[in-house]
Amino acid sequence: MASQVPNVRGLLGEKLGMTQVWDDGGRLVPVTVVQAGPCVVTQVRSTETDGYSAVQLGYGVIDPRKVIKPLSGHFAKAGTTPRRFLVEVRTEDAAEFAPGQELTADVFEAGQKVDVVGRSKGKGTAGVMKRHGFKGLGAGHGTQRKHRAPGSIGACATPARVFPGLKMAGRMGNVRTTTQGLTVHAVDAEKGLILIKGAVPGPRGSVVLVRTASKTPAKAAGR
Amino acid sequence: MQKLDVLDSASLRTDVPAFGPGDTLKVHVRVVEGNRSRVQVFQGVVIRRQNGGVRETFTVRKVSFGTGVERTFPVHSPVIDKIEVVTRGDVRRAKLYYLRELRGKKAKIKEKREPAGSGR
Repeated sequence: MASQVPNVRGLLGEKLGMTQVWDDGGRLVPVTVVQAGPCVVTQVRSTETDGYSAVQLGYGVIDPRKVIKPLSGHFAKAGTTPRRFLVEVRTEDAAEFAPGQELTADVFEAGQKVDVVGRSKGKGTAGVMKRHGFKGLGAGHGTQRKHRAPGSIGACATPARVFPGLKMAGRMGNVRTTTQGLTVHAVDAEKGLILIKGAVPGPRGSVVLVRTASKTPAKAAGR
Repeated sequence: MQKLDVLDSASLRTDVPAFGPGDTLKVHVRVVEGNRSRVQVFQGVVIRRQNGGVRETFTVRKVSFGTGVERTFPVHSPVIDKIEVVTRGDVRRAKLYYLRELRGKKAKIKEKREPAGSGR
């Protein structure tokens, strides 16, 4: 799997919010602004020692007194100050990185496809229409007090139970979500900003992982 | 969204003259035909101006060969070469939709008489 996309780049950053910018053709493009990096390489995983190759990245400031001893030892080994968030990015060319190396927004370039991983906004307890996109029942024709209900959840004496995993109402959102195949509109390396076309999971101010797209677009793959 | 104000300011034009509903404008629009571009002028009355920031738009109405034509432009669009204010109109509403029902002399907008010494 990893061999298909050998050189993956990743960066942790803060989602600042959405806005619109003009492109070269004078069209208005909706973009999400991510304050990405600076990230520091805290560990390099290799096939020989760990069984897989990956780069571990640290991001964000944290009071060193709050870091537990095993972790502060881990950061000391990399020769960096403790960071708040750690993430591993699987890549074939992990050996090119060294612990302590700093990565900034310029690892990405405009026009590149990326995946963005974030934690989606929590919606609390949500009904089936909002959570699973059910259509609900009719608005008229004698429907009473059941307009947003799921309808039947199974048959009667056979099987005499509800199948596990049936889509029902419940907690929605606040889960790790990946949006794939987004386009990088522009990169401001000086300010560390990445402008990504389209929406990105999570509320403003949340931490997101921007990563090289794992899938190629259908058009390019068909060739 | 104050965090993004700095970024947004790069998308905003600074050469937009002050104008509002009722004003008659000459909007110079860049039109790309194949690989050459020329400038087309759209002259008419501003009937609305809405939204703010990068998304701010205005609508210009003119009557062309007896047919009303309305065109909405983003204020900060790079497609606009320049905006010229021809006359200032004296109107009492922000949205001049009533002009759509009027023809001829009734659709005429009174020109604003500038008070001496205070330019808009």
